[in-house]
Amino acid sequence: MTLTADTFDFVATLVRQKSAIQLERGKEYLVESRLAPLARSAGAVDVDAFVRGVRGDITKHDLVVEALTTNETSWFRDINPFTVLRTTVVPDMVGKGRRELKIWSAACSSGQEAYSIAMIIADNFPGIRTQITATDLAENMLAKGRSGEYSQLEINRGLPAPMLVKHFERTGPTFRINQQIRNSVTFRKNNLLDQPPMGGPFDIVFLRNVLIYFDVATKRDVLKRVRGAMAPDGYLFLGAAETTIGVDEAWERIQVGNSSVYKPREGK
Amino acid sequence: MKALVIDDSRVMRKIVGGILVDAGFEVVEAENGQDALDRMAEHDDIGLCCIDWNMPIMTGFEFVVEVRKHAEWRDVTLMMVTTEGEQDQIVRALAAGAHEYVIKPFTPEVILDKLQFLGLVEIEETV
Ligand SMILES: C[S@@+](CC[C@H](N)C(=O)[O-])C[C@H]1O[C@@H](n2cnc3c(N)ncnc32)[C@H](O)[C@@H]1O
Repeated sequence: MTLTADTFDFVATLVRQKSAIQLERGKEYLVESRLAPLARSAGAVDVDAFVRGVRGDITKHDLVVEALTTNETSWFRDINPFTVLRTTVVPDMVGKGRRELKIWSAACSSGQEAYSIAMIIADNFPGIRTQITATDLAENMLAKGRSGEYSQLEINRGLPAPMLVKHFERTGPTFRINQQIRNSVTFRKNNLLDQPPMGGPFDIVFLRNVLIYFDVATKRDVLKRVRGAMAPDGYLFLGAAETTIGVDEAWERIQVGNSSVYKPREGK
Repeated sequence: MKALVIDDSRVMRKIVGGILVDAGFEVVEAENGQDALDRMAEHDDIGLCCIDWNMPIMTGFEFVVEVRKHAEWRDVTLMMVTTEGEQDQIVRALAAGAHEYVIKPFTPEVILDKLQFLGLVEIEETV
């Protein structure tokens, strides 16, 4: 391990300021392993040397932050939220007369979540128009999402074969999601610490597996901004390890089967 | 539930079988489609088959077609696990009655995701 405490502190502070992701002491190995490829391609002797060079060069700061994000995702991740979307949330919205749904996939990583939502709605609610805004901090993830191209390994992760056959085309070694589904998703760079993206007010928000990286104050702020960007009768999905309870009391938790979904409380 | 792992590679049978055992299945093995049909007849409580495509004597595809001719095996879940990844092959396998399709190579999570989706193992939410 070549990383000095000074280097670690600089990276942890930069990442916290720019993304709110908390890197506690003890995560030196993570910084080292995530920055090593950047250091190598920059021709630096090691990560320490690389970070010394980056300190004064703010054009490189975003790259460092991006490298420290965890972009793990999959199609229909955990399944339950997508079942609730299909059986409860969309039928409720459609029952209230919505013909067009505005959906925000926040912290979308490489786009599997946004496209999973698009496929569910296209397959089950053919008359409903969807405008999905997919946002993330990491440019490289947004670029991948926009391309709609996924490797065989990525396709294997959770995509049901019938959907693969219906919505994708094989192009050489990769699979590309078809244009109709691609057209319903717009990828935009957005930091959850900033104002919400255009495209709202959102009827449905997926904010999954990202609050876990933040401290409580940041979680509360993010939830508040998300609430401000939602339709009053909208729905919010969080990750399995995340909840509004004890963080922001302006949400009502609704249990559906063994999963849950949140609604803004009236008047909040 | 019992699962039948059908592959002509012993190593592959151990890999797939290991994942299934960890997921709570009791595993039976077969070396090709014909062998698998014999195992199906022997054990009447097989609920899942993981099926390689290219095997001597009887291919996985032929096995799927054969299984689907039998009403008593109607509820058996059929999942291809194969290096064959051309779109028209996936389409053919599904049309013949396979429910799922995993392209090799894969990780254990791939198999587990699919089994969750098929409702064969409990959904464990990830962080
Ligand atoms: C683990 S992924 C979650 C992807 C997807 N929502 C899911 O549940 O599978 C977390 C994503 O959050 C993004 N992220 C982290 N901090 C962020 C911030 N402050 N603003 C926007 N996105 C952020 C990361 O770039 C990463 O792609």
